[in-house]
Amino acid sequence: MLKLILRRLVQMVLIMAVSSLLLFAIFDTPEFKKRLAVQELGGFAVSALTEESYKSWLAARGLDVPFYQRYANWVGNILSGDLGFSYEKNRPVGPLLADRLANTGILAFFVFALMIPLSLILGILAGMKEGSLQDRSISFISVLTTSIPEIASAILLTVIFALGLGWLPVKSAMIGGFSFRELILPVLTLVIYDFGYVARMTRASMAEVMTSQYIRTAILKGLPYRRVVMRHALRNALIAPFTLIVLQLNWLLSGVVVVEVFFEYDGFGKLLLEAALFPDVEVVQACTLVAVAVAVLSQIISDIGYTFLNPRIRFA
Amino acid sequence: MSDHAAEQVPVLECRNLCISYYTRAGEIPAVVDFNLKLMPGEAHGIVGESGCGKSTVALAIMQYMGKNGAIVGGEILFEGRDMRQMSEEELRQIRGSRIAMVYQEPMASLNPSMTIGDQLVEVPIYHDGLSEQEALARAEEMLAKVRLPDPKRILASYPHQISGGQQQRVVIAMALLSNPRLLLLDEPTTALDVTVEAGIVDLINEIAEEFGTSMIYISHNLGLILETCDRLTVMYSGEAVEVGDIHDVFEEMRHPYTRGLFGSIPLPGADKNAHPLVAIPGQLPLPHERPEGCNFGPRCTFFRDGLCNVGRLPMHAVPGDDDHKVRCERFQEIDWDRDLPKGEAKPPVEAGGTVLSVEDMTKHYLIEDGGLFVRGGERVVKANEKLSFTAREAETVAIVGESGCGKSTFAKVLMGLEDATDGKVMLGNVELGDLPVERRNAETISKLQMVFQNPFDTLNPSHSVGSQIARVIRKFGVASKDEEVEEIVFRLLDTVKLPRDFARRKPRQLSGGQKQRVGIARAFAGNPKVVIADEPVSALDVSVQAAVTELLMDIQRQNRTTMLFISHDLSVVRYLADRVVVMYLGRIMEQGTTEDIFAPPYHPYTEALLAAVPIADTRIEKRHIVLKGEIPSPTNPPKGCPFSTRCPYMMPGTCDVELPPLRSFGGGHRILCHLDPAELTAMEPVIKPKTEAAERL
Repeated sequence: MLKLILRRLVQMVLIMAVSSLLLFAIFDTPEFKKRLAVQELGGFAVSALTEESYKSWLAARGLDVPFYQRYANWVGNILSGDLGFSYEKNRPVGPLLADRLANTGILAFFVFALMIPLSLILGILAGMKEGSLQDRSISFISVLTTSIPEIASAILLTVIFALGLGWLPVKSAMIGGFSFRELILPVLTLVIYDFGYVARMTRASMAEVMTSQYIRTAILKGLPYRRVVMRHALRNALIAPFTLIVLQLNWLLSGVVVVEVFFEYDGFGKLLLEAALFPDVEVVQACTLVAVAVAVLSQIISDIGYTFLNPRIRFA
Repeated sequence: MSDHAAEQVPVLECRNLCISYYTRAGEIPAVVDFNLKLMPGEAHGIVGESGCGKSTVALAIMQYMGKNGAIVGGEILFEGRDMRQMSEEELRQIRGSRIAMVYQEPMASLNPSMTIGDQLVEVPIYHDGLSEQEALARAEEMLAKVRLPDPKRILASYPHQISGGQQQRVVIAMALLSNPRLLLLDEPTTALDVTVEAGIVDLINEIAEEFGTSMIYISHNLGLILETCDRLTVMYSGEAVEVGDIHDVFEEMRHPYTRGLFGSIPLPGADKNAHPLVAIPGQLPLPHERPEGCNFGPRCTFFRDGLCNVGRLPMHAVPGDDDHKVRCERFQEIDWDRDLPKGEAKPPVEAGGTVLSVEDMTKHYLIEDGGLFVRGGERVVKANEKLSFTAREAETVAIVGESGCGKSTFAKVLMGLEDATDGKVMLGNVELGDLPVERRNAETISKLQMVFQNPFDTLNPSHSVGSQIARVIRKFGVASKDEEVEEIVFRLLDTVKLPRDFARRKPRQLSGGQKQRVGIARAFAGNPKVVIADEPVSALDVSVQAAVTELLMDIQRQNRTTMLFISHDLSVVRYLADRVVVMYLGRIMEQGTTEDIFAPPYHPYTEALLAAVPIADTRIEKRHIVLKGEIPSPTNPPKGCPFSTRCPYMMPGTCDVELPPLRSFGGGHRILCHLDPAELTAMEPVIKPKTEAAERL
């Protein structure tokens, strides 16, 4: 196990190195440098710029240094804890990233807090009696909500609860500090999109467990049905959904850009999008590192969790 | 036990029980008109092939039919009360406490994520209202009663941490915890090794004696039923065809199907040349394609049009016997001694020169140890240790042993799927030991072919049968023109007795036996010198087994092929092998001609193996030897003699320290044992005819 974790961590560092090198190479092209100048000085000013003064701008920015040297510098800085500087936001990347990660964390927490119990309970109820009315209605709802794109349900929810009923704010920019009311619509949108998927996986897992021979043994042992489900079926049925849920972390980090942008919620995804459009090289780089780390770490967590839930692997 | 049988209420009675499954194709009757009366303390066997409805009966007794099954007629009385009238709560209280069940696959029947203790204590807690502490104490006591060593450790273990035999003992203990009146055993030993099976059968018999539990024992193995039951029901295609006292049915069977079953199992005395097996022709009808009248009619040699194929056939009582009934219209007209189908005797085949020789072949695996967060060292698994034997042309050499003995590893090395670690394997003058299959040329590959154990998984489901055989023919360069290849495919199908139009069929349209015939056709397509048959019939039904076995031997006889027959079933081996190699934990313990192996001197392991095989013959007497313990793990074999941990003759200080010497008894009969040759020779035969029965014959 330790070996596996070590191997995964080495893998993570490798992916980080390769992806950052790739990004660096792309942002090192003259076209991108020019775009950066346009963003900073304005299109008109850049077109009026002489070759000389453009070069001195590059020098001032440190962009005239050869590519490998800059990459080496950057790696050195990262290792010493300095994540760089955001040209766009005009502040150091470190605190900026921390802010945004905190916001995404809050969003993810509430999405999980709602989605996990909802999808697990529905999935188990559906899988307990495969083919029953209960199963068919839950499965229908799950498929329906999952097949509506996030943007559609975001608009729908906004129209109903913010514009129509006026219960909730339209945007979630949180200009006046943290506001719980502003969090409700984005969380709801994500939960509606995501719970159906997890519920269906849970249902499949539960349904399979319920047809297994050890459940037959438990029933023919004369145990009350409740006990059969709670004690014998649940733990085995939850192994697959657990790993699935942990892997959703990755999605919540960088896959929910649409929702964040729509509600103007300052999360990690929105930061990445803005930085990529700018192009705010060091922010993109730092974000990539974080995304890779979260992806690999969530895989490690799901692997470890899997071994703990499954005694067959734990004591093999 | 039951002196006042007439006054007693039967523990269980099934009256005209009919069970159906509902599928999209409509109602499919699984069991029709089933009757059974089980008195207290009685053990009743139900025998039949797959699909005959025997497990359905057991689950119906438990009232556990699934969503699409239902009892459509008749009644099931448990201690005089109709179970169909009981509420869900009443059923729950009966299940697991008054009626308990033991299942075919112990591993799958135990919850993988709960400790055995947790699974056992539930029974007394929910049925007898015991506290956790009391329940735990009772569970521990019961584990000791089913003779599990170290009950405390077992209670704390998860199911995968103990062996298959131990798991089945746990399931039996679980069934006995509330002292049930009725125990249902559904193929309880089918998934286990023979020597382990013998232990479980012993245990079941002791339980019957000690607790007076009534039992229903479901099995496809007639020998096991003879060892465990008082009465017997033979089922065929959803119907009971013969019911009676076990001795009546075994000695004077009165249904052609029962007769056919006995004819197709190799009993001692059957011989591939002088007394070949007689297979039942045809195959089981599908449940929705059952014929009018007698279900066995189309396969029966005594079939009479107008008598056997009209209406529903009733059960008739056999005169003279006590409660012996049979579902046959003609049983009194048949002269049972004269009209028995007999196999044609065939001349024995002379073996030719040596084709395959194995010399000190050794295969070791390296595995890495390591649990959660802990790194371990490397261990060596000695899968094969210095195997030496030879096989001659047209000879059948059987390799016998239980799981973990290394017989499959040996087959893999031969086939080139694994490299030998050491030693030589010569096929003709080609050395195969370190020649992996990718580096073998087509000729070498075609010379050595395999018939696999499971015909269901070894054919590609998306290719037609014909194209799968044709591919082999082209690959091995037997023929290349389309017409020629097709001609050979047809000829091969003829050889394995399948209709030629099967060439266009997909494997899913074939039954298990037919698939195995295709497997045999495929193996013989390249005119092999040596065929390795790895348990070729163990996945098939008894009545089909005989046909496939006979077919395999006929083809072998015609082509003078050498056959390596890998099996755990000593009765089949005795029947068809010329020479036998007995393996245990990667080593050859004994080898010799079939007569040598089945008569003293024995290796102690061979002796135990012979005693463990259930024999469906009442005229045979067997010595009772039950090995203690389990087969050790090949990753951690005992020091000295590998069999020393279970051997009844174990000499401490010798057997557990030193590897035994190889003792030769002439004629290639060799035994790996510390016992003195004189002592080995003095052993008594394990199987012999019963004295009084011998007189009667």
